[in-house]
Amino acid sequence: MMLISCPCCGPRNQVEFTYGGDATLARPANDAPQALWFDYVYLRDNPSGPHDELWLHSAGCRRWFKVRRDTATHAILGSAKLDEALPNTMGAV
Amino acid sequence: MKYSIFSLARNALSNHQHWQRAWRSPKPKARYDAVVVGGGGHGLATAYYLAKEHGMTNIAVLEKGWLGGGNTGRNTTIVRSNYHLDANAHFYEFAMKLWEGLSQDLNFNVMYSARGVLNLVHSPAELDAAMRRGNAMRLNGIDAEFKSRDEIERWIPNLDCSATARFPIHGGLLQPRGGTVRHDAVAWGYARAADALGVDIIQQCEVTGIRMEHGAVTGVDTTQGFIATPKVGLAVAGHTTQLAGMTGLRLPIESHVLQAMVTEPVKPVLDTVVTSGAVHFYISQSDKGELVMGGDLDFYNSYAQRGNLPIVEHFVAACISLFPSFGRLKLMRTWGGIVDMTMDGSPIIGNLPIKGLTITGGWCYGGFKATPASGWLHAYTMAKGEPHPLNAPFTLERFAQGRMIDEKGAGPYAWAH
Repeated sequence: MMLISCPCCGPRNQVEFTYGGDATLARPANDAPQALWFDYVYLRDNPSGPHDELWLHSAGCRRWFKVRRDTATHAILGSAKLDEALPNTMGAV
Repeated sequence: MKYSIFSLARNALSNHQHWQRAWRSPKPKARYDAVVVGGGGHGLATAYYLAKEHGMTNIAVLEKGWLGGGNTGRNTTIVRSNYHLDANAHFYEFAMKLWEGLSQDLNFNVMYSARGVLNLVHSPAELDAAMRRGNAMRLNGIDAEFKSRDEIERWIPNLDCSATARFPIHGGLLQPRGGTVRHDAVAWGYARAADALGVDIIQQCEVTGIRMEHGAVTGVDTTQGFIATPKVGLAVAGHTTQLAGMTGLRLPIESHVLQAMVTEPVKPVLDTVVTSGAVHFYISQSDKGELVMGGDLDFYNSYAQRGNLPIVEHFVAACISLFPSFGRLKLMRTWGGIVDMTMDGSPIIGNLPIKGLTITGGWCYGGFKATPASGWLHAYTMAKGEPHPLNAPFTLERFAQGRMIDEKGAGPYAWAH
């Protein structure tokens, strides 16, 4: 089981959350070239190891926030509000 | 040695002491005409068809662990071709036809059991969708039959078809030729048949780099040294992005964990494969008697080859809502496999934008049932340098060209397919 730390509500069971995918994607401008949009919509780094991702506390405060999680171990390395930086942890805590 | 009733009798008389090894364990040569990375069903099938259909016998399969130790040994063994979209229907039906003759072709019993795959429908809307899909299948020459609630109730007495069921059953779409195949036997059968044609199968040999010159592949670095080759075919399931990443490529793929589980073995209670899209659940009974179940992804990126308990609880809840009596059984094992989920839920079979580099990957949930067709078409693409008409719709370029094959209509969310 994963214990995910919501920046508003604290550590909660993973069943309260909904996954939102890669948090590092930057949405291009509406009139950006098609290649940039292709990159944004389809291509992913898909790392084995620390991954910055979006989660929604759907059965709690209903806020989206960022989590850094190790995809090889499922260890939660940190979390932050959307407009804040994730703590600089790239290994197990 | 050809396996037959005579070889069985002869070896029985000598107490089974003299069976030959099913395949050699050679040291890698310095150079091959082609190298297939990944010794699961898809990689071994690719090598077998390269040798059999295209006469390429100076080739190797490199496997970092042991044969069939990845998703080939972790799936729920179901084969079917009950797809709606034309590209999928033609592709998976090609796989079904290969399954039907595979034991004879490989001289290895892969235990194909045409026990049928029944998709339950639980609402009038689902019934309409099943009718539409069934008609599309029949137009594509695939067997499909609609079963009424009463027929299903007589056929599968354990299934709760009552009016008070949590998910009332309105009928079901059956593909009679669908069923199960013994998954390990597929890896072993392809390995043995490929080896007999001269293919080197090299286990405990992990690819650590792909060398290129002027935009063309020149070889692979491995834990057993450098191997020169002008053609590299990737068949590495959940690690497709890692291997492609060695050349700097990014792909429209995310790796996710998909779980499955089995109960304790019991006497025969279920003689078909039952699936329910509404509760995201499928179940069949293995020849050993275990009930084999699966369902949804865990819904987050993972390379861990294990999942978490909420999904296990979901499987069990779905199982008991459909088959209340199975609530008395004990779970024996749960496990997870890493699947590479593409952005439209369909696989990628074809060339990558580096000369000599090809892929069969992005198999999402559905890799096992595709194994023979995946290998056949990947071999064709490796040998000819271009896709066959059956895998032309499945090439990587489709994402940039906007011709998705999105069977579910879920959009570019890898975990939603």
